[in-house]
Amino acid sequence: MAKVFIYPATSLILSDLVARYGHEPLGSALSIREHVQTPGFDSPPIQMTSEDPQKGLKWAAVEVPSGIRGRMALYGPLVEEAEAAIIIDEPDLAFGCMGCARTNELLVFMLREKDIPRLELRYPATKEEGVTFVAKIKQFLKDLEVKE
Amino acid sequence: MKPYVPEYVGTVTKYVFVDSPNTTPQDIATAAYEIAQGVMIKETCFGCQITGSPEDVDRIVEHLRILDPYRIFIKDRGFPPGDSRRCRADLGGARPGYLGHEYEMSFIRYISHGLEETEGMNKTSLKKAAGEALPLEEPLDADVLEKLFSEEK
Repeated sequence: MAKVFIYPATSLILSDLVARYGHEPLGSALSIREHVQTPGFDSPPIQMTSEDPQKGLKWAAVEVPSGIRGRMALYGPLVEEAEAAIIIDEPDLAFGCMGCARTNELLVFMLREKDIPRLELRYPATKEEGVTFVAKIKQFLKDLEVKE
Repeated sequence: MKPYVPEYVGTVTKYVFVDSPNTTPQDIATAAYEIAQGVMIKETCFGCQITGSPEDVDRIVEHLRILDPYRIFIKDRGFPPGDSRRCRADLGGARPGYLGHEYEMSFIRYISHGLEETEGMNKTSLKKAAGEALPLEEPLDADVLEKLFSEEK
């Protein structure tokens, strides 16, 4: 079983397919759960603490906006843990509530730089593309098993 | 600084989504309640949310998948149900979010079709199907761009 980072990190489809074919999806829910369930003196207003932008310095420089560093405090450890990645190219849903575009760019850049098996594709728009989409992911995940 | 005491430590929460003509969210919730054994189930308009120990949640999730394997989709959730930071009962109105789910649910039927079709495929046909190219967005033609610029004037 490999740890597969999914981008968009909140994707229902990718999360389900990775788990369905026997691997562990790494998405933002895991980091947020860790934050939400950790006791301390710093009360997170939403899910971030004031320490998070400092932790994010490991992945983004100090002149980078604190929002990006804060988000990287969530995604950075997951990317480091990842053994494979599935990336959707320019997903519409990744703009807006999921986070800022710059964090997404940094995230995809880090995944592309990392020496791990990677699958990049687009969301399907027809039934035929749906078959190709699922087949690509299934084949990719099966090949991961063989490599292990 | 106010001490933060988290609730439901050590639990996991999973969303269960269903988009099927044969299985309703109520069917899903009822099936989950039947084997809940103390696990928290929250019925929703799209399926349900399950909160409990990882083993219990996995047991229920495995059971639910069998009901309609190609049309039930499951993912993790960070917050437990009713968390005051996310629950709209505390926020005083509609909550932000679910936009991603809404977007993906708009074409989830293609994924269901893909799951159904690839299920019976042998190694060779799966490899062939996986080798098909997914169309990429056409880059903007330079001539069209030039035309657009000239229109601006």
